[in-house]
Amino acid sequence: MKEQLAKIRAEALSAFEGVKDSAALDELRVRYLGKKGELTAVLKQMGRLSAEERPAMGQLANEVRAALESALDSASRKLEEAALEMKLKAETVDVTIPGKQIQVGHRHPMNTALDEIKEIFIGMGFTVLDGPEIELAELNFDRLNAEEGHPSRDWSDTFYFDEDSRVMLRSQTSPMQVRAMDSMELPIRIIAPGRVYRKDEVDATHSPMFHQVEGMVIDKNVTMADLKGTLNTLAERLFGEGTVTRFRPHHFPFTEPSCEMDVQCHKCGGAGCSTCKGEGWIELLGAGMIHPHVLEMAGIDPEEWSGWAFGMGLERTALRRFKIADMRLIFENDIRFLEQF
Amino acid sequence: MNLSRKWLNEFVTVDVPDREFAEAMTLSGSKVEGTSVEGSEISNVVVGQVKSLVRHPNSDHMWICQVDVGQPEPLQIVTGAQNVKENDLVPVALHKSTLPGGKKIEKGKLRGELSNGMLCSFAELGLDQRDFPAAYADGIWILSDDPELTGLAVGQDIREAVGLDDHVVEFEITPNRPDCLSVIGLAREVSATFDKPRYFHQPEVKGGADGVLTELLDVETPAADLVPRYTARMVRSVKIAPSPKWMRERLRAMGVRPINNIVDITNYVMLEYGQPMHAFDYRYVNGGKIIVRRAEEGEVLTTLDGKEHRLTANHLVIADEGRAVGLAGIMGGLNSEIVDDTVDVVFESACFDGTCIRKGALALGMRTEASAKFEKGLDPLNTLPAVNRACELVELLGAGEVVDGVIDILNYVPQPTLLKLEPDKINALLGIDVAENVMYTYLQRLGFETTMERGVIKVPSWRGDVKRMADLAEEVARFHGYNNIPSTLMRGQTTQGGYSPVQKLENRLGSLCRTCGYSEIITYSFISPTAYDKILWGQDDFHRKSFKILNPLGEDTSIMRTTTLPSMLEVLGRNYNNRSKSAWLYELGRIYLPGSGDGLASEAQILTLGAYGNGMDFFTMKGAVEAIMKGIRAKDVRFEPCAEDASYHPGRCAYVYSGTDIVGVFGQIHPQAAKNFGVDGELYCAELSFDELLIAQGSDPEYAPLPKFPAVTRDIAVVCDEAVTVGALEAAIRKGAKGLLKDASLFDIYRGKNIGEGRKSVAFNLTLRADDRSLTGEEADADVKSILETLEKDCGAVLR
Repeated sequence: MKEQLAKIRAEALSAFEGVKDSAALDELRVRYLGKKGELTAVLKQMGRLSAEERPAMGQLANEVRAALESALDSASRKLEEAALEMKLKAETVDVTIPGKQIQVGHRHPMNTALDEIKEIFIGMGFTVLDGPEIELAELNFDRLNAEEGHPSRDWSDTFYFDEDSRVMLRSQTSPMQVRAMDSMELPIRIIAPGRVYRKDEVDATHSPMFHQVEGMVIDKNVTMADLKGTLNTLAERLFGEGTVTRFRPHHFPFTEPSCEMDVQCHKCGGAGCSTCKGEGWIELLGAGMIHPHVLEMAGIDPEEWSGWAFGMGLERTALRRFKIADMRLIFENDIRFLEQF
Repeated sequence: MNLSRKWLNEFVTVDVPDREFAEAMTLSGSKVEGTSVEGSEISNVVVGQVKSLVRHPNSDHMWICQVDVGQPEPLQIVTGAQNVKENDLVPVALHKSTLPGGKKIEKGKLRGELSNGMLCSFAELGLDQRDFPAAYADGIWILSDDPELTGLAVGQDIREAVGLDDHVVEFEITPNRPDCLSVIGLAREVSATFDKPRYFHQPEVKGGADGVLTELLDVETPAADLVPRYTARMVRSVKIAPSPKWMRERLRAMGVRPINNIVDITNYVMLEYGQPMHAFDYRYVNGGKIIVRRAEEGEVLTTLDGKEHRLTANHLVIADEGRAVGLAGIMGGLNSEIVDDTVDVVFESACFDGTCIRKGALALGMRTEASAKFEKGLDPLNTLPAVNRACELVELLGAGEVVDGVIDILNYVPQPTLLKLEPDKINALLGIDVAENVMYTYLQRLGFETTMERGVIKVPSWRGDVKRMADLAEEVARFHGYNNIPSTLMRGQTTQGGYSPVQKLENRLGSLCRTCGYSEIITYSFISPTAYDKILWGQDDFHRKSFKILNPLGEDTSIMRTTTLPSMLEVLGRNYNNRSKSAWLYELGRIYLPGSGDGLASEAQILTLGAYGNGMDFFTMKGAVEAIMKGIRAKDVRFEPCAEDASYHPGRCAYVYSGTDIVGVFGQIHPQAAKNFGVDGELYCAELSFDELLIAQGSDPEYAPLPKFPAVTRDIAVVCDEAVTVGALEAAIRKGAKGLLKDASLFDIYRGKNIGEGRKSVAFNLTLRADDRSLTGEEADADVKSILETLEKDCGAVLR
């Protein structure tokens, strides 16, 4: 009997080892462990053993059963694993086949640049203002010290809707300074982006309609040093930390002192190249301390309040930001262009 | 404004390289646009002496010259010119030399004979006859024939030899600084910038010509309001000739063509003093009387450029007793032009009203060097030194004899501007700390004078732009250095920044459109009046009433759009014709509606979607509209057919409503309209009013508990007439439900023989649920029964 058990054990283990599929495994299970299986058959002979032999043989039989069951389990697990592996293998896809196309729209690059500028100023406590594009010459010019006779008021430069040159397409976002002064409580911190219009023929760097962002601060003890600090922050945020700027005297009728801010050419680092026309610097914006007469016209006492303002062209900023070569692309809206951003 | 550095150095000596010079001037407020060196295109061209010349053996017109160019051996050079003689000094372009226009000269063989370079004409050096009137026009430039070319040395660089080596700086002068449109004005800025002394010279006129000025010439200024000052002198026995080389050189460097001595003198003084001058022939001033008056309506004058002008009373003319002889401040008249036999000359140096000159020039479309200066407002105190300088130059050039005395009419009272210097206020405005005496120093360098009273300074007459403290602050800032002002962060009361509700919705709508696959465009606000025809609007459609630009760039951009549709269609058409397979686009742009009370427009924003390709059809566009409405949580959204919008397909167009308000319209563009924009396929658009979207926008979402109990679903299919809309069926379903219906969604529409002609089967999936219990089948069935009854009653739809 002992020999019988050993034989079953050896045969069964080897059979489990070599099994190929679950049906064969099941067959083996029935053959060895089933009710009519070989092991059961052996166990049925236990009754014939003497009382002394029985415990030892019983123990042995149990050991063999446990061994067979464990071997069966592991064989079954192995088969499952193999089956899963085959299934996964069969499911392999060509990952280089393109994904299902989900069409996502694109923000116009100029508005992306504008969004960045808005975020920067909102972070500094500025409010964003909107205003009319069809504007009174009084606000676009008179209230900004560009009196009757100022060249920018010429019909060759500005679009008008009436013979008296009273209603016009704003030529700058600066009338928003006046609108803010007239309607808001002091202190004021605003930016005002929007469309402006000048009588320029379309070419690579001009368009009769373009966009500006105006910015203005009025408060007590505002200085030109504050103007520089804020605009330097803008330049760094737009063009990266360590961006070098310089301020040059300039002239605008509605600021005094006036300046223009240049950013050091990103391409040549100031040495002079074709991008910066050999100057080493690229003009970014115009700015200045609000002219006291402009404050006075708005009923603000320049002895008590001071302020600064700036205006920057958005197209040019976007062109530089995204290295776009031609301003016409901005308004052509070619989908092949738009999808690049 | 061009500046010759040689000329500048006569007044203030600054010896730094051009780039450094430009940088310093730019940073002190005189923006330099660029610098150039005359003759910089010329290299390796020297003065040579022709030692001998023989006929070319293989040519009947060429010569073989042996030319001494300062090298140990003479060079053999072949020339085709016929005017070269032995011992002539000529310009020689050596092997590997360059000439203007990028021309390169190298040695080579001409008909078998070696030529080590080229003998040059003045034209080949980029010069013309006016620069060197003595030179022979056709042939080699014989330098030794020109008595004005002295000190020539064999081997000398040609640029130095002929005075073609000046450095020229181009300035952008802002309109507030007309004083800087002159060598003297810029010399002041240069002197202040580099803190170098300047040497200005007082013109001295010997005079002594025959005659008494007041008997020869009488000036009246009836238009006194437009003529603050009129100064004139006379020169007699004039000998018209070319001006000398030094004067021609300076004019050339500043970009002015030399003409003759008298004309050149007026230009020279204009450049040096910034004071426009005019010279006219005395014999054509009838009655010896100059009258500065407004033109008569319709008066005709032919100017020096040969153009005839019909004038109006807005023009100021210089006239004699009978007729106009010049357009004041703009251009002289042809009838009094300086000609070769001119004998007596009147020099006019006047100050005219800037606005009058500007408008006059503009009306005639002839902005001149002179008018550009006058329009900015000139210093009346400059007229006298300028006219004296002109007379001094006449004597220096031996061009004529100056009559003693000056006619000088002053129609204004000179009033110097006195300002109080307030260092504390200036420091506070600039955020700097500069001592009072340093501020004085800066101002003095610019010609500001201190007065008897402490703290009060006198603004120089040429600085009409300086009127108050802020202007002085700018002068201090300029010379303290803008870049020496610290960079500080703002202090003061903090303000709350951020987006307004309107701006938040703008941002939201943009991001919804992009999520739906639409890309943003930016289009012009002005359109062509024919755009309304192209979108098939009726001729009397009141929407056509637009703001019209009176001076547009062109018809295509002449009216302010009252609809964004043509802009969108134009962009779609452009992409379609670029053969882009699909384009889904949106714009949040303005329209400009007349009729606002203040004379301005009512500027409303329209969210416009437009698309073709990539499966675009009516329901794809509707899906985007629905997504937008859902994205802003609009309440009570529904759709109704719209057959009356002429721009759209009458059977594929709908209004979108929120409650009782029409938010917008969308659908397929009318094929004829699409065709008008060059598209033969289907275009789909939506136009949604931003103001209506703002009203329709729902409040912020509030959390609703997730369902705790399971839902029961039932599918129903009902058969109804073709004319019954799905919308009507849905309305009946909602109406019939007894409060358990959570959702009814269409899943099939079927038409077929078994249904019957003119009828359709519409299938819905109904979801029913109670919030407080699991529904029983009976409860659900009761609701469905009620729904079916309502469908039958309201729509004649019966269960299939």
